[in-house]
Amino acid sequence: MRSKKTALYGLLVALAFILSYIETLIPFSILPGIKLGLANLVVMTALYGMGSKEAFVLSFIRIILVGFTFGNLSTMLYSLAGGMLSWLIMVLAKKSKWFSMVGVSILGGVFHNIGQIIVAILTVSNVYIITYLPLLLITGVITGALIGFLGSLIVKRIQGLF
Amino acid sequence: MKRNDLILIIVIVVLGIGALLFINFTKESGSKVGVTVKQEEIASFALDEDIVYTIEGENGAWNTFEIKDGYVNMIDASCPDKLCVSQSKIHYDHETIVCLPNQVVLEIIGGEVNPIDSIAN
Repeated sequence: MRSKKTALYGLLVALAFILSYIETLIPFSILPGIKLGLANLVVMTALYGMGSKEAFVLSFIRIILVGFTFGNLSTMLYSLAGGMLSWLIMVLAKKSKWFSMVGVSILGGVFHNIGQIIVAILTVSNVYIITYLPLLLITGVITGALIGFLGSLIVKRIQGLF
Repeated sequence: MKRNDLILIIVIVVLGIGALLFINFTKESGSKVGVTVKQEEIASFALDEDIVYTIEGENGAWNTFEIKDGYVNMIDASCPDKLCVSQSKIHYDHETIVCLPNQVVLEIIGGEVNPIDSIAN
């Protein structure tokens, strides 16, 4: 049972890592900083298929790996702030049972952006950076809904695998 | 998808669009651009004079911006992601261009005093 779980972790970390890489290849420059959040597909799958703790570990390892591979310490700090806040909100939203995976994913996406904006404001101590948030809210809803919808299809198909 | 999901979508989108409209209708032209590096303001430039300026930071970090026709635009930088270069040019009060890796902020200042700010002061 334990080795099965270890293998599953490895598989999902690899998948999240590849998705993060694919995401860097997609030119998506309507506004700088906008991302599809493909890796959240894996975190969502872990959240619904395995549990809150497992989703946290996965998200954390992915951010550290991606940070060292494609980014630097400062981009990693933003990803961590976004990723951890997003995870917390998704766990709470799922527990509340108010939303389906689509709603949970939207909240995850939106709070990922909010977390990053908060760190940005603190880093450069300029509150006017918050004016980037409205557009990020709207794009977060669109990408979050898309990822949530895809995630629900995946979870339906792999039931019993975990 | 549940009904709550739809409510959530509507609430966030309305908030976002409302905030965008508010920003758009309350914006005022600025007169200067302030340059901040690592939370310290190092210089400011008048918008009515066209220049190209390079900000030199620590460890060889640099950002080059230009002022042209009253608009400020980041044209090149040493940071890996170059998100600051792809940000759109700024002209209105309190608009910013931010380079997070180099901790450089260009902010338009010196517009008319915002009523909220004067109350806070």
